[in-house]
Amino acid sequence: MVDEKNIKEDLDFWATNSEESGWNISSTDEGSQKMLEEEDEKQIKIQTGSDVVDDYVYNEETTEDERMIVNMGPQHPSTHGVLRLQVELEGEVVRRVKPVIGYLHTGMEKTGEELAYFQGPTNTTRMDYLSPLFNELVFSLTTEKLLNIEVPERAKAIRILMTELNRVSSHLVALATGGMDIGALSMMIFGFRERELILNFFEKTTGLRMNHNYIRPGGVAADLPDNWQKDVKEILKVIPEKLNDYDEMLLDNPIWQGRLKNVGILTTEECLAYGITGPSLRASGFSWDLRKTQPYSGIENYEFDVPLLTDSDVFSRWRIKVLEIIESLKIVEQVMNTIPKGPYRIQDKKVTPPPRKRLDESMEALIHHFKIYTEGFKVPPGEAYVAVESPRGELGCYIVSDGSSKPYRMHIRGPSFCNLQALPVIMADSPIADAVAAIASLDPVIGDVDR
Amino acid sequence: MFSPDNIFTTTIDKAVRWSRTQSMWPVTFGLACCAIEMMAAGSAKYDLARYGMEVFRASPRQADLMIVAGRVSQKMAPVLRQVYDQMAEPKWVIAMGACSSTGGMFNNYALVQGVDHIVPVDIYVPGCPPGPQSLMHGILTLHDKIMEGEINR
Repeated sequence: MVDEKNIKEDLDFWATNSEESGWNISSTDEGSQKMLEEEDEKQIKIQTGSDVVDDYVYNEETTEDERMIVNMGPQHPSTHGVLRLQVELEGEVVRRVKPVIGYLHTGMEKTGEELAYFQGPTNTTRMDYLSPLFNELVFSLTTEKLLNIEVPERAKAIRILMTELNRVSSHLVALATGGMDIGALSMMIFGFRERELILNFFEKTTGLRMNHNYIRPGGVAADLPDNWQKDVKEILKVIPEKLNDYDEMLLDNPIWQGRLKNVGILTTEECLAYGITGPSLRASGFSWDLRKTQPYSGIENYEFDVPLLTDSDVFSRWRIKVLEIIESLKIVEQVMNTIPKGPYRIQDKKVTPPPRKRLDESMEALIHHFKIYTEGFKVPPGEAYVAVESPRGELGCYIVSDGSSKPYRMHIRGPSFCNLQALPVIMADSPIADAVAAIASLDPVIGDVDR
Repeated sequence: MFSPDNIFTTTIDKAVRWSRTQSMWPVTFGLACCAIEMMAAGSAKYDLARYGMEVFRASPRQADLMIVAGRVSQKMAPVLRQVYDQMAEPKWVIAMGACSSTGGMFNNYALVQGVDHIVPVDIYVPGCPPGPQSLMHGILTLHDKIMEGEINR
């Protein structure tokens, strides 16, 4: 039983030892070592209404003494950020897991209510920091749905080009960190090396390597740079070659297969019951990709396949990311060949600020510029939900507008948050050594979980 | 082996400072976006190993430098302080990025407005996120600081 008083004293100790003792930490449960009661967990399982029979078996014969609760994180190299897991061990076998989140809670949804719509992508881009362009895209699409406007064809094509390249870079990081967690350190070096290629292109286009604020309501911030085709061609040439290298290194590697095959099974039923989307769902044999089922931003005009694997284990969740990179590169190539000419943002004076040059010539342009950058454009009252297929699954944005220039409420449905629910199911009754493989296979980004 | 030609003299002061700079091991304290750039700095293209600091130690007991990479929430603050206290002296702190330096763009209930509220910071690296080059510049500035500043910490 946990002594509440001792915890309180511990907290006071840290608070008084810091330079400023004013901040209030006694309201958090930092340091608490309590798992949910067994009965409580059963209760929760009934409440979710899932008829999932997972492989969790509680051995009644073991006494409390033989069980040990170990904290993993929040400062742990392989929890992908600041995820904290309370792991209940019986010898070397994980019996129960309780993820503790909130160590990166940034209050972004609240901040989103204070920023005008044209400032919104600045905020949302920092949520899932491995796929920033998807966050911007989903926010912009939702705002455009509320405004009831249609962006130009070139803007749509640029959005698809940039987001699909972002999917490649995100998956490369997932492969890299996944490899590093399991001990394939070369994979870490390789993955980040190839990612640099794409980030260089992003830096050239948007000005930043991450957190771009490039896709905005009404279009994109700037047109593609001169000779951008050359950089994209380089990416299209290099990355497939390097993927072959990865396959050569890992695909038939007996150690890699032994560590990953038949580990961390997550069946289709479990995926559907827990709301798992993205590569994890597709690796369990359920073909669901929002790019096909609810196409956005004109992605239905491009030809690509949705890779599907049926093994539902960590290996197939790793493998499907490699296959998805190839499909994304196919889309990028098609966009490069068919991109239309024209404006890259909507020619609506109320939404798009005028070009700098016009400010010196036109009084009206000056007024519009002033209004947009001080007050922001107003959005009709209503609510809208738009979802896109981010590298981790369904990324949705829900905005309630009260008619002012700021959202009344903004909510993001983060794929990492929902996917993290599967962790107790995956890790239950598996050896502790497989735990990091299971976390890495779900590829959670804690910025997206906590927000 | 020990011919007089091979002997060189220096002050103990300089030798200590030099040895502190040349194998400065950071503790892995990746929090958010900046952590990805920190990992990028450690990997192939930017290669932090050139400065003898490619080993990001998972244990604070073996580390000299804490790179606070990312936004520090109120819930994370006690953990950060604990990790700092566990590090062996002498130790240094780099606040990487706008969020850990000042709170950045998130001036709200959830974030600590600058990690210097909790731990003493030696170097602030600007940017959101700072690129690997910026981080390296911060690290080299810290090296200069160690070579020239107070030896007793």
